[in-house]
Amino acid sequence: MQPFTKLTGVAAPLPLVNVDTDKIIPAKWLKTIKRTGLGIAAFETLRYETDGSEKPDFVLNREPYRHAEILIAGANFGCGSSREHAPWALLDFGIRCVIAPSFADIFFNNCFKNGILPIVLPQEQIDLLMQEATEADDPTFTVDLEAKEIIRPRGNAPLPFDVDAFSRDCLLQGLDDIGLTLAKSTKIDGFESQQRTGQPWLYRAVA
Amino acid sequence: MGRTLFEKIWDSHVVDRQPDGTCLLYIDRHLVHEVTSPQAFEGLRSTGRRVRRLDATLAVPDHNVPTSDRKLGIAEPTSRLQVETLERNCEEFGVELFGVTDQRQGIVHIIGPEQGFTLPGMTIVCGDSHTSTHGAFGSLAFGIGTSEVEHVLATQTLLQRMPKTMRITVDGELGFGVTAKDVILAIIGKIGTAGGTGHVIEYAGSVIRGLSMEGRMTICNMSIEAGARAGLIAPDETTFAYVKGRPMAPKAGAWEQAVAYWRSLPSDPDARYDTEIVLHGQTLEPQVTWGTSPQDVVGITGTVPDPRAADAEDRRRSISRSLEYMGLEAGMPMSEIAIDKVFIGSCTNGRIEDLRAVAKLVEGKKIASRVEAMIVPGSGLVKYQAEEEGLDKIFIDAGFDWREAGCSMCLGMNPDKLKPGERCASTSNRNFEGRQGPGGRTHLLSPAMAAAAALNGHLTDVRDLA
Ligand code: SF4
Repeated sequence: MQPFTKLTGVAAPLPLVNVDTDKIIPAKWLKTIKRTGLGIAAFETLRYETDGSEKPDFVLNREPYRHAEILIAGANFGCGSSREHAPWALLDFGIRCVIAPSFADIFFNNCFKNGILPIVLPQEQIDLLMQEATEADDPTFTVDLEAKEIIRPRGNAPLPFDVDAFSRDCLLQGLDDIGLTLAKSTKIDGFESQQRTGQPWLYRAVA
Repeated sequence: MGRTLFEKIWDSHVVDRQPDGTCLLYIDRHLVHEVTSPQAFEGLRSTGRRVRRLDATLAVPDHNVPTSDRKLGIAEPTSRLQVETLERNCEEFGVELFGVTDQRQGIVHIIGPEQGFTLPGMTIVCGDSHTSTHGAFGSLAFGIGTSEVEHVLATQTLLQRMPKTMRITVDGELGFGVTAKDVILAIIGKIGTAGGTGHVIEYAGSVIRGLSMEGRMTICNMSIEAGARAGLIAPDETTFAYVKGRPMAPKAGAWEQAVAYWRSLPSDPDARYDTEIVLHGQTLEPQVTWGTSPQDVVGITGTVPDPRAADAEDRRRSISRSLEYMGLEAGMPMSEIAIDKVFIGSCTNGRIEDLRAVAKLVEGKKIASRVEAMIVPGSGLVKYQAEEEGLDKIFIDAGFDWREAGCSMCLGMNPDKLKPGERCASTSNRNFEGRQGPGGRTHLLSPAMAAAAALNGHLTDVRDLA
């Protein structure tokens, strides 16, 4: 996983609530066997007409937001189906940070596992950032995970944010969850040998 | 203080506890299907990792599989590639696979219990939200994302935070014509699709204890539609009788030992839950949904709701939008809604008992001429059993299309789809916009109610057919 330390990029305002994972990536795209390549289909129904042409009004079709790396959105972002294709689609589009008042559980976790930083901020601060991202001539923000703050355009004071220590560590170092767990192999081995004695029927003979 | 069934299972699977309370949980069984696994296997390959417990892992293709003649293969190239990728991955990593032409193939949540792969007291995961189905056996079963699928394949564990507990007690008994599906739809109608958020639900009470394993699976299956992480039911004699003799269930000496352990699992009498909800069985009638969320549900004797009667503005708007999508008028009696299609199947209601309920109603009758109706058994073995019992003849004579096993019209990923505007009485679990095909309209109901709708060509109170 690519480490996340400091991200400087354009922030796109998406003032919608309850953006579900179907909106982020529709079901027909679930037939892929890869993690990559979903960027073109991110937000498909919001982004394209039925004939495949771009909807000129949609924020990610406009300059400079076509190159957005940060997304500012409304409450309950990422609700619905558990598909990890949703964070994959965002990542493939180029988005590495989503800022919203709240997120759905599974989506929130899936973000960290893919090197995307989800930031929760109170609604008033979201409104403020949304406004800056909409109005600034250059809506470029810097998200500094080390310092836990968002550096804003027009020289406005940085906004602090919170993130749990373990997830932050993993992102900063680009640590792979699986690698971390495998470092606990002896504990897993120990658990298994104890369980095998107590509940032998859980272990099947396989060819 | 006593512990709940859920707490007993959780405690006995903690491998490691981090200072912030997150637990590394051991996973006893992992079911794998073609849609959410390709990237996980790819991850193992690129890091040179292997599958830690082959005996605890079982794979099956189900979502993309056509329900027509198996010998014809899969015509749609992306569906075919996903299924072939699963086959290749299982071959390469040594994972046991029930392939497309294997009689044991079927919906992932049907085959686990059928094989005795699912047992009480276990932790069970699958990259699919309806993994909650397996909780019917008194196991902790929940859906996971693809990164977690890879994590479980490589380590047989998962990092988890402990959820809250909720007990839903359904007491008394069910009236004639009221089934497990009606109970869970009524529960979702009562608590809403976010009612169980952050919780694991334990279903209890005389109605739940009186249900067969098939009925219990129907209930636990839709825990996810109530927003819960998982749903479970204490194991009892009904559970043990179902499990005994299944191909992967404990044999001979181990059986006694296993049952003795399983008997220790039910919640202690003084166990506490974060939330308690009680429903009375007698008050329930057959349920049917009118909208585009599983909580949009009423009794069959009810009417389509009037948005103007809703108490909040956003609720008014969401009801209006649903009615517009569904093509329904406020105040219309539910039993007058005419239907075009009937779908009987899915991991909610594709088991043998569901098919028997349908056969009982339609035997010697004909479905309405305006209706196209399909019955899709949940697995090849359900299909075989139904044919042994002669149910297929009853269905075909009544005018049903009798198909091969798979997810079928539960979701639009294979050739079985609704056309825009078509209205379907469906025994599946989600009535979201476009779930059964773009523009399709879904009414969720029980198998018996679906059969009644097929016979009359409109939604029908099954109690009137007796
Ligand atoms: S039958 Fe439907 S709900 Fe069940 S696993 Fe298949 S697609 Fe999912």
